[in-house]
Amino acid sequence: MRYSALSILLNGLRGNRNWTPAWRQPDPKPHYDVIIVGGGGHGLATAYYLAKEFGVTNVAVLEKNYVGSGNVGRNTTIIRSNYLLPGNNPFYELSMQLWEGLEQDFNFNAMVSQRGVLNLYHSDAQRDAYTRRGNAMRLHGVDAELLDRAAVRRMLPFLDFDNARFPIQGGLLQRRGGTVRHDAVAWGYARGADSRGVDIIQNCEVTGIRREDGRVTGVETSRGFIGCGKLALAAAGNSSKVAELAGLRLPIESHVLQAFVSEGLKPFIDGVVTFGAGHFYVSQSDKGGLVFGGDLDGYNSYAQRGNLATVEHVAEAGKAMIPALSRVRVLRSWGGIMDMSMDGSPIIDRTPIDNLYLNAGWCYGGFKATPASGFCFAHLLARGAPQKTAAAFRLDRFERGYLLDEKGQGAQPNLH
Amino acid sequence: MASLVPCPNCGRRPKEEFTIKGAALSRPGADADSENWFDYVYLRDNPRGAYEEYWHHTSGCRRWLVVMRDTLTHEVAACRDATDGSRSERRK
Repeated sequence: MRYSALSILLNGLRGNRNWTPAWRQPDPKPHYDVIIVGGGGHGLATAYYLAKEFGVTNVAVLEKNYVGSGNVGRNTTIIRSNYLLPGNNPFYELSMQLWEGLEQDFNFNAMVSQRGVLNLYHSDAQRDAYTRRGNAMRLHGVDAELLDRAAVRRMLPFLDFDNARFPIQGGLLQRRGGTVRHDAVAWGYARGADSRGVDIIQNCEVTGIRREDGRVTGVETSRGFIGCGKLALAAAGNSSKVAELAGLRLPIESHVLQAFVSEGLKPFIDGVVTFGAGHFYVSQSDKGGLVFGGDLDGYNSYAQRGNLATVEHVAEAGKAMIPALSRVRVLRSWGGIMDMSMDGSPIIDRTPIDNLYLNAGWCYGGFKATPASGFCFAHLLARGAPQKTAAAFRLDRFERGYLLDEKGQGAQPNLH
Repeated sequence: MASLVPCPNCGRRPKEEFTIKGAALSRPGADADSENWFDYVYLRDNPRGAYEEYWHHTSGCRRWLVVMRDTLTHEVAACRDATDGSRSERRK
């Protein structure tokens, strides 16, 4: 069923009794050309673009829980393409362009809202760094504006401009950045993939990877053996565990990142704002809640929940930027498991094992990358060669010394 | 996660006092080949369960500690000074 204003009207007149599920609940077939492990944003987007752009429809997405139960439903919904490095920037800009056409493309309301992303700077050195970043973006054809203090004050008068330690001197603004309704991204891709013949199999955990003569031939799952041509891993925080089933060790650590939402407020913050003197980012959802987050907890974790010390740290950073936050009550907090790579950049590549492909290492930038990640992974699976904007995301770049270290932290995953 | 970490020098202390370095791995010898160094610097077992990490007691005794934790439950099983005894050798 194609969704449209007319379909809403007609179904409304019929008492909304004729809506059908957005995707099927198929039993697994014995064999697929491509099996994707992980029914999150990236896995579903990969299946969608495989079917839609590359004509590969004999595809299954295996999800151990339900669609959208992982990081695609746990992030702070921010999209942006304000990257510095030549290996990263064109990829995230491709993602931004896909976001801009996404709702028409997959016929689903993902509430893509280009409300702007503003990164504050607090010192001359930081202004210079942001000027450089903005120039790098513009050289790649991405929009960027450097705002001075007065311009930021006009946009967001309630910030603590005269903070004694971190006075706000201005900001780098990407107007095309913004937010997207994260669950709808998973649902839209799932529906779009399903309608093109992809089997989305939920509650199906991969427990083993079968190999014959070194080649992957299928997966053992909680619902039995399923054979495959190519096996594509998109398991985010569990990437190391799934890769281990094939005897592969990855340059990845799993860390917990928390996010928070406040009680609903009247319109307060128009866009996305990030603090430059600490790690804090905030936007206001269409329901009115402030959605915000900060840094990793810092230790390896698979727990999907964090520690109060980090909650306190995030709240302090938020209050240093917006003093009015001190009277806002937090409704919920939660944690997601990030696949932190050793240089802070992702991996979309084949592996040393035949028929095994890897999409991992998204750190905490995975959500904004969802469309391009799916598109480029599908390109790799279907064509056997990397899509040109994702050519730097090689698994062997660590060994070769071609790191993509946007933040310059070195092989220290809890600092990226 | 336990919010208190049993520092062998200071007793049970809040985790805010600590800085986390990461996996407690055995450093290869200076003459090790590049494959060993690559393994040490970049590859991780990343287990779901028992794990050893270097934590620095920044706001306490300022000693490097080895904290044995569970990455799924966040329970701290033990904590010892990094210079005490030999670390579990999980590498070749």
